[in-house]
Amino acid sequence: MTTRERILNSIQANQPSLLPLPEQFTFTSSFPDLTKQFSDSLAFVGGMAVVVPDHKTIEAHLKEHYPGMTSVASTCPELAHLADRGLDVADPHELASLNLTIIEGPLAVAENAAIWVDERQLPHRVVPMITQYLAIIIRQSTIVPNMHDAYKKLKVNETGFGTFISGPSKTADIEQSLVIGAHGARSLIVYVLP
Amino acid sequence: MSQLTLDHASASVEFNKNEPRVDWHDETLWFVRTKRDRAVAQIPEWEQLREAASQIKNHVLSNMHDLLVQFEENAKQNGITVHWAADGAEHNAIIHGLIQKAGATRMVKSKSMLTEECHLNDYLTQHGIEVIDSDLGERIVQMRKEPPSHIVLPAIHLTKADVGETFHEHLGTEKGATDPQYLTEAARQHLRETFLTRKVALTGVNFAIAETGGFVVCTNEGNADMGAHLADVHIAAMGFEKIIPRAEHLGVYLRLLARSATGQPITTFSSHFHRPRPGQEMHIVIVDNGRSRQLGRPDFRNSLKCIRCAACMNTCPVYRRSGGHSYHSAVAGPIGSILAPNLDMKQNADLPFASTLCGSCSNVCPVKIDIHDQLYKWRQVLMQEGYGPTAKTVSMKAMATVLESPRLYRMAGKIGRGVLRFAPVTVENRFNPWYNQREMPEPPAESFRDWYVNHKKS
Repeated sequence: MTTRERILNSIQANQPSLLPLPEQFTFTSSFPDLTKQFSDSLAFVGGMAVVVPDHKTIEAHLKEHYPGMTSVASTCPELAHLADRGLDVADPHELASLNLTIIEGPLAVAENAAIWVDERQLPHRVVPMITQYLAIIIRQSTIVPNMHDAYKKLKVNETGFGTFISGPSKTADIEQSLVIGAHGARSLIVYVLP
Repeated sequence: MSQLTLDHASASVEFNKNEPRVDWHDETLWFVRTKRDRAVAQIPEWEQLREAASQIKNHVLSNMHDLLVQFEENAKQNGITVHWAADGAEHNAIIHGLIQKAGATRMVKSKSMLTEECHLNDYLTQHGIEVIDSDLGERIVQMRKEPPSHIVLPAIHLTKADVGETFHEHLGTEKGATDPQYLTEAARQHLRETFLTRKVALTGVNFAIAETGGFVVCTNEGNADMGAHLADVHIAAMGFEKIIPRAEHLGVYLRLLARSATGQPITTFSSHFHRPRPGQEMHIVIVDNGRSRQLGRPDFRNSLKCIRCAACMNTCPVYRRSGGHSYHSAVAGPIGSILAPNLDMKQNADLPFASTLCGSCSNVCPVKIDIHDQLYKWRQVLMQEGYGPTAKTVSMKAMATVLESPRLYRMAGKIGRGVLRFAPVTVENRFNPWYNQREMPEPPAESFRDWYVNHKKS
């Protein structure tokens, strides 16, 4: 008998009789203003949301916030001219010198400021972690109240990889002092377009 | 790694020698517990969420066989290679084999309590493989050759001065430096270099989805992602109980996990892996290691619902004052104390006694595990199986004899009162564990029975 069969047989012999899945496992959250809730949640987890009318304003804000930044990449066509490098490398290790990356997020969650991105937005899976600074552009209309709503809209296996990002990389492993910028991006700015 | 061999009570005595440090440890963990409370108060449906999480897991436990088969089939279709390991030794051998096949001698690893349970690092080191833990807390304790003392906050027992000292020795930071920002930056540079040079990365699994054949890994640092996305081979190690039926159930668990763990609304990264990236190999090792045995124990099977948030540890008055290492088990605290006796009843017989049975653990558990009831039940199983502490076994027997005989009981009472009054030193000494943290009672002049008999006469 293989290990697989032994484990599965042992599980079958030991598991209790079948109990049904609960019928109610999704809940409704109501927030008076989804964008405000999203922005507040993001601030709580160390990121910053900026509500902007158009891509021009994003450009101005980025230039002001990261003056003289080089090694910038963008997957957003409207901001392609800000990029001085592409992400179409063969080996993701070549992205180690990325400073600022601008990507787009198709879905965001108000309750916890999580933004879903998958391989349709990421030329390489490691992009949002390996870059020193990260900017994500979302649309106001794509903000849903909570995680249940998000999973109703998502097909998690549509691509091979997808992740919810909520804030910049952080750690509190040294005496519970919060430090932003552990391994991944040192900051996260989210631009909210109408 | 050095493992403590003391039992919990003796190890706690060691820990308690440094009183200010115990107070600090207690307060630090309570601070995390209060953050949890604040996060929970934001969710009006918190109790219904816990109930849903518990019921989904009830279904999982009762349908484990089919869900795992479904998961395996879908994972294979996704291009993930699935391995099965009956115990820690097989788990370690499979992983070692995969590293050898990749022609590697070094591996980077993100947090996985399962690999701690299986002592993977020791095994690989003995076989000439260098393993670097990439979670900051785990890296700190790894440098110090200690096991993690907490499943979410591995270095919670260390002060920033301790970390400064460790980094000075291993990373060449300035002597005496204690600024967390500076120390984290040093670790960031060191670990980035590691991520960029390892061909094999290992991660744990927080949730595996039967319906889609994929799995989710949650971190705040992004270390699991950095390792996995840059490596040629990604190995994920998973206890079989991590399975959930459908992706939409993640909505329940991701809302509960980080809030219960650290008071955050969600971890920074909740990464869903379904297929290896082009050119990459992805493996998943599904481990039993006693879990199917626990599944067969009706009183204890609920412990397999655990999602490893550590809320029970942060709230536990015993854990906070005895430190994670005193539990001498990969998973410490209340949940560890009901999981560990299943792994080795003799070795871990002391752990279910490391509790006041106050029930706080069960109250905060996001999946409603009856932790304190199981601690109580384990005590009875352990005493019946003959794994109770000798002193306790002997004194329980003596007590049973005394309580069975009214004459003996009255005599013992008389002797006890006499001894307390005339020779207090026989009980007020350090060999009497009851006296260690307590004043002995003032002995009454007569027993209640004598008083009653006398008053009835008049």
